[in-house]
Amino acid sequence: MAKLSLSNITKSFGDQSVLKGVDFGVSSGEVHALLGANGAGKSTLMKILSGDYERDSGTITIDEKEQFFKTPADAKLAGIEMVVQEVDTALVSSLSIAENVTMNSFISGTSFFSWNKRNKKAKELLRRVGLHIDPTFPLSHCSLAQKQLVLIAKALSSDISFIILDEPTAALSKKEADHLFTVLRELQKDGVGIIYISHRLPEVLTLSTKITVLKDGYVTLHEDTDSSSTKRIVQAMLGNDLVELLNDEEKRVLGKTLFEVKEFTVPATNEKISLSVKQGEIVGIAGLVGAGKTETARAFFGADPSPDPIIMNGNKVKITSPQKAIASGIGFVPEERRKEGVLVDYNVIENLTLPVLNQFTKFGLIQKEQEKKEAERWIKQLGIKTESPSLLLNHLSGGNQQKAAIGKWLLNDGDVFILDEPTKGIDVGAKQDVFQCMKDLADKSKGILYFTSEFQELLAFCDRILVMYDGKIAGELTKEEATMEKIMHFATGGHYGTVRS
Amino acid sequence: MAQYVHKETIKDNVKGAPFQFQEKVFPFLYRYGTLLVILLTIISFSLANDKFLSYQNFTDILRSVSIITLLAIGVTISLIVGGFDLSVGSTASLATVTSAAALVLYRQETIVAILIPIAIGLIIGLLNSFFVVKVKLPDLLATLAVMYIINGLHLTFTKGYSIYNNMPLGEGGTAPGVFLPSFLFIGQGEIFSVPVPVIIMLIAVIVVHFILQQSRFGRLLYITGGNEEAARLSGVPVQRYKMYAYLLSAFFATLAGIVLAARIGTGQVSAGAPLLMDGVAAAFIGFSVFGAGKPNVIGTFFGAVLIGILLNGLTMLNVPYYAQDIVKGAILIGALAFMYYEKKK
Repeated sequence: MAKLSLSNITKSFGDQSVLKGVDFGVSSGEVHALLGANGAGKSTLMKILSGDYERDSGTITIDEKEQFFKTPADAKLAGIEMVVQEVDTALVSSLSIAENVTMNSFISGTSFFSWNKRNKKAKELLRRVGLHIDPTFPLSHCSLAQKQLVLIAKALSSDISFIILDEPTAALSKKEADHLFTVLRELQKDGVGIIYISHRLPEVLTLSTKITVLKDGYVTLHEDTDSSSTKRIVQAMLGNDLVELLNDEEKRVLGKTLFEVKEFTVPATNEKISLSVKQGEIVGIAGLVGAGKTETARAFFGADPSPDPIIMNGNKVKITSPQKAIASGIGFVPEERRKEGVLVDYNVIENLTLPVLNQFTKFGLIQKEQEKKEAERWIKQLGIKTESPSLLLNHLSGGNQQKAAIGKWLLNDGDVFILDEPTKGIDVGAKQDVFQCMKDLADKSKGILYFTSEFQELLAFCDRILVMYDGKIAGELTKEEATMEKIMHFATGGHYGTVRS
Repeated sequence: MAQYVHKETIKDNVKGAPFQFQEKVFPFLYRYGTLLVILLTIISFSLANDKFLSYQNFTDILRSVSIITLLAIGVTISLIVGGFDLSVGSTASLATVTSAAALVLYRQETIVAILIPIAIGLIIGLLNSFFVVKVKLPDLLATLAVMYIINGLHLTFTKGYSIYNNMPLGEGGTAPGVFLPSFLFIGQGEIFSVPVPVIIMLIAVIVVHFILQQSRFGRLLYITGGNEEAARLSGVPVQRYKMYAYLLSAFFATLAGIVLAARIGTGQVSAGAPLLMDGVAAAFIGFSVFGAGKPNVIGTFFGAVLIGILLNGLTMLNVPYYAQDIVKGAILIGALAFMYYEKKK
């Protein structure tokens, strides 16, 4: 039985105090969930625990013995392993699975090693995480979920007492997530202390034994999972001002059909899609990871162009490039915000005006005053929290970056908005803003295609829900008939056993 | 106990000093470090040699800087779109040789001797953009290959000999044409005692800087380099902008080659080869000027000035040319280290 405890941890960066005296701990065989909105201090706390940052004050003890982690190697030596959210940053894709799993012994083991032994050891570790795959394959053959298991197997290769998992299910399908939970329960039985960071409350409530919620660098909730509830957790995450999840009861008035596709080929999945969206309508497109949502959204926008035309306002248009889509009045908020949605090294003005830069150009020159004025107007309207319009997007929170990613299409005054996982990785408060943004658009008679794997969000305010499975539209539900169970039923291909991994 | 006292005294002595260094000195160095180095270099060279600080010498420096700068503007533009053009040196060589050939071997007018290399340069730019944008080769490798091809082409064309006035021809007799005075004026002339190459350079720097900073074209070049996929999904025709960048890069390399031919009055083979490294160094040193942290033409200009001053001063101090590369490399490392250190923070 090992007991890890952190007490009164503080950490500031410059003037900004991120952790203001946090107590946290985990014992063998416990699953301790750590929750909190973005910027609450979860990552900083875990980075301190894994030796990435040094604490300003406070103590870390393992079995009453004080620990000083100066480097990640120190934390590993003490038996703490971290499974990061971006698994690709922790693995080497050109090496074999076996080499990745046994990486730790590469670093600290003998100079010569036997390949047979290595592969055997890797196989054994992979069996512990339930991954039956030839360890001599290159890592690049693995799916995201498999890579995550490889990373856990790697953690198990050394003598670990504690493991930190940061948002492990963020990109997993339901089946993959269930498998991960089984693995975690096994680890728990073996006496590993698990720290589990997640935004997803249902899984936290089923998996964890204890819950700690951080807000603005303080612990706002610490209790056993058995005595906790979604409501209490959300309240602790949001503070006193509990915002009810937006529940939009009023029925919107729908106009004529804005956007329609019939037997539209999505090149990446080679499947055919038919759907339509009317003025003022929010159409939710539900699907688990791997259902082909992103591929479909990208084809509609011409990012991966399809040979088939779309029907926009009754006219057939072939969308051969994003420029063509924008000219037809389509806006697209891609899934990978920081990589595709916004330019993080450019300021708010430059990001907002990018699609419509020609409106601010005279004789090839940008009218910067006019550009700034217009951008300021939209910053206000969208409620983008920024010190100045010329602040780089990098310095904005995820939610505010997302508002900029949506906002740039408002300047273009498009008719149809395609949003792919717009609430991914942003906190509860920012989610509310994004929902409000979509609602406002619908009120202005825009059509919205809202692709997401967060089914709860769809139920809250979509007029119609289409469910994708394996690249096809598997079912359609009206607002009235939609329930979590029905969506899940279609999204898993009718029964749970056949989800594509 | 002794250790404790020791610590305390240090803390008292430099009260607030480390704080100030972090907060004030570092950002200052980050912004103005390169300019400071230029200033210090000028001061130390003028102390070492009293001829260094003369108008004549400074126009000499600027004259040699002008060719590097013109070439480096091209490199800068390729860096702005997130690419890299290694072929600029051999493009300059080819331009030098073709303009010389037009004048000396084919008795053409000055305007022809300028337009032919520019046309060839733009073809090279198209070739580069074809390989990088359409075939999707990594830019470093594509332009490296093109560099070899062009280098080979210009050596094949001249059979490895330089082109000069009254040169003997293979079939007997001498070359029919000469370097016309109007052509030489580009490289050797002066207007109000300012060398013409310097005027060309200053115009190029100002015009390109203005376009990059104020125009939609410039903004979209930068945005393309900032994040190609995000730019594409915002409707920027990124492939076209990358092509523009390689065309401009080849254009400025050609311009540098023409000015070089006019300055030395011969079509020297491989004349552009040493320009490549100086141009690349100037563009990278330029990252650090005014703390820009990204490719920019004003920075490139100061980078070229720094290199020019160093070469000139070291030559005056009789440092052999082969040893000067050591200094150039050290300056480049210094500028880059400073920039990346600041970025990481």
